[in-house]
Amino acid sequence: MRRAGLPYLLLLPAVLFELLVHVVPMLTGIYMSFKHLTEFFIRNWSAAPAAGLDNYRFALDFNGAIGRQLLQSFWTTCAFTVLTVCLSWLLGTGAAVLMQDPFRGRGLLRTYFLVPYALPAYTAAITWEFMFQRDTGLVNTLLVHDLHLFKTAPFWLIGGNSFWALLITAVWRTWPFAFLVVTAGLQNIPGDLYEAAALDGAGTWQRIRSITLPQLRSVNQVLVLVLFLWNFNDFNTPYTLFGNVPPPQANLISVQIYDTSFQNWNFGSGSAMSVLLLLFLLVVTAVYLLLTNRRRKTDA
Amino acid sequence: MRSSRPALLTLAVATALLASACSSSGGSGSGGGSVAGTTLTYWASDQGGSIAQDVKVLTPELNAFTKQTGIKVKLEVIGWNDLLNRILAAASSGQGPDLVNIGNTWSASLQATGAFLPINDDVMKQINGTGRFLPGALAATGAPGQPPVGVPIYSMAYGLYYNKAMFQAAGITQPPTTWDEFVADGKKLTKGGQWGVSVEAAQTPENAHHAFTFAKQQGGSFYDSSGKPTFDTPQNVAGIKQYVDFMAADKIANPSDAEYSNGTEAVKDFATGKAAMLLWQSADATLAQYGMQPSQYGVAPVPFNAAAPSGANHVDSIVAGINLSIFANTKHKDAAIQFMKFMTSQQAQTDLNKEYSSLPSVSDAYGDPAFQTTTVKTLQSVLANSAAPMPAVATESQFETVIGAAVQNLFADAAAGKPVTDQSVAAQLDQAQQKLQAGG
Repeated sequence: MRRAGLPYLLLLPAVLFELLVHVVPMLTGIYMSFKHLTEFFIRNWSAAPAAGLDNYRFALDFNGAIGRQLLQSFWTTCAFTVLTVCLSWLLGTGAAVLMQDPFRGRGLLRTYFLVPYALPAYTAAITWEFMFQRDTGLVNTLLVHDLHLFKTAPFWLIGGNSFWALLITAVWRTWPFAFLVVTAGLQNIPGDLYEAAALDGAGTWQRIRSITLPQLRSVNQVLVLVLFLWNFNDFNTPYTLFGNVPPPQANLISVQIYDTSFQNWNFGSGSAMSVLLLLFLLVVTAVYLLLTNRRRKTDA
Repeated sequence: MRSSRPALLTLAVATALLASACSSSGGSGSGGGSVAGTTLTYWASDQGGSIAQDVKVLTPELNAFTKQTGIKVKLEVIGWNDLLNRILAAASSGQGPDLVNIGNTWSASLQATGAFLPINDDVMKQINGTGRFLPGALAATGAPGQPPVGVPIYSMAYGLYYNKAMFQAAGITQPPTTWDEFVADGKKLTKGGQWGVSVEAAQTPENAHHAFTFAKQQGGSFYDSSGKPTFDTPQNVAGIKQYVDFMAADKIANPSDAEYSNGTEAVKDFATGKAAMLLWQSADATLAQYGMQPSQYGVAPVPFNAAAPSGANHVDSIVAGINLSIFANTKHKDAAIQFMKFMTSQQAQTDLNKEYSSLPSVSDAYGDPAFQTTTVKTLQSVLANSAAPMPAVATESQFETVIGAAVQNLFADAAAGKPVTDQSVAAQLDQAQQKLQAGG
């Protein structure tokens, strides 16, 4: 009986810190979303008048300027996230599989690939911001002056191209994580599976399809989810690239919430949007886990 | 057993990530570690074109203050893009500096938060300030009828900076006084890699200031007398369109300016000969930093419309400037008041405004020869005669944010070659107003 309690005792500090770092701010955020918390009350939150469901009504009023913008940024964020996750996963898995067999310089190359992941988000994004500048950026120097692909230099940080600039930066930042996780997953695949397959005459592509990918399934299940959640919530990349007023074409939902909270000084409304985002991500995660787990059970 | 472990891991990771979704964003500004009783924390705004430059300018003054009073000052210079957020975070957490510089246009907004110590007659006496401040500058320290929440330390006004050599090469003898002349000159000056005017088209406050002045000249106003927003009036539309048209229709501004957001790029373009004109407030110090000598440029008042539309205001600048405020939460109120007294003293006002090429906000500092130049006289006259304070309403800072963004979007359209029409301007203004009202 006493031994049964020990794991819980050992978990206690972690649980307490989890409460402190995540759960308490989360609950505060939910509480704030039911308040008219504007600049008049930021010094004394508890004095802010109750808002009922006003903040939610207002965020979901798609005829109003704010609701419309929120909806638009939601779709932009969905497109951005799906593309980022797919590309990052493809690049990461591709690179990891190519580096599965030892060759000279493999360690060096692996380290090199991880550099974007090791760089602080701000440093990485600000470098891209410099590169994407129209007149002085490296990208246009290459595309316009060296390769002569465009007659007039395109804009990357404003207008329609800003979405692609954001995507490129995000993929560049996240794919090494996919590479790292898949590389780790590959270590766990027993070598004799490949040997047996080779004896049966399976080609490279067949080995990848029949051994590598199925064996990586549980790793991929977590990886895709984590990549999705990270990118859906990403704030650093768009904020560093575009500042506090992102172009409408690359307006991600996290920046939209930030703008509502910190630019328009309406923390109640910003919190309501955060809660809606949280609910959405919870539903997505639950459905995803249900589907992937059920499939694994039926497969097993 | 084998399959449940990854599922558990997934769940744990997912929960942790979801939790962070809700609590993300917004670093809280701390810095008020106030234990030693006599160390003040001071957040200064970036006045010198770079943070390093500000530290260089301010440090000798702060040392002089420490020598005089024994009070130490911990200085942090904060860039314009972060300053308001840092103040906001400090106000909400109660953990802030003792003193802070604010853009004077935010006065009424920040006054509404109650974050700052009201400067009542008693405090005014303690800092020796009664009757010394320029009336215009003092007007921009809060809503009318309430005790101000700061004192002006650097005063500024917008002027038209022009490159003398380029004007001469284009055969232009006088700086333009009307917008028609301005555009005509701009077209003459736009050739090769050179543009007529450079604009900081993606910077929120800069856009908002110009929107305000240009709308005023059309007889427009962004608030009615009861303080309600009236953004999309035809006058405001006309004013903003006139400004954006420098890029969209007149083609005298480089489309690349639509990316300029850090508050120095337009000045740099002017200083390095990429543009012949610049509409800016007290730019000398920044221009000097980029290697432009005062003899190379002239400063004239910002132009007006040749035929003033009915109801037009004779306004060619905002009352620009920096105020010094004391946080209401300070544990070192007396020391902070002493510092305020020091910063508004004749000596400090002379030294600092000379370095920053701004105008002293106290009348007794104007004796110094540095403030007798034609540039200073021009800007001083603008400030005294034709500058208007930005709206002194509690939503002023949101007004700057939403109008600045609207103008930025219009410039982005112009840069992409999309037409900027009365309708597109009105639509942006309408959206901006909805956002502002949603905030209140």
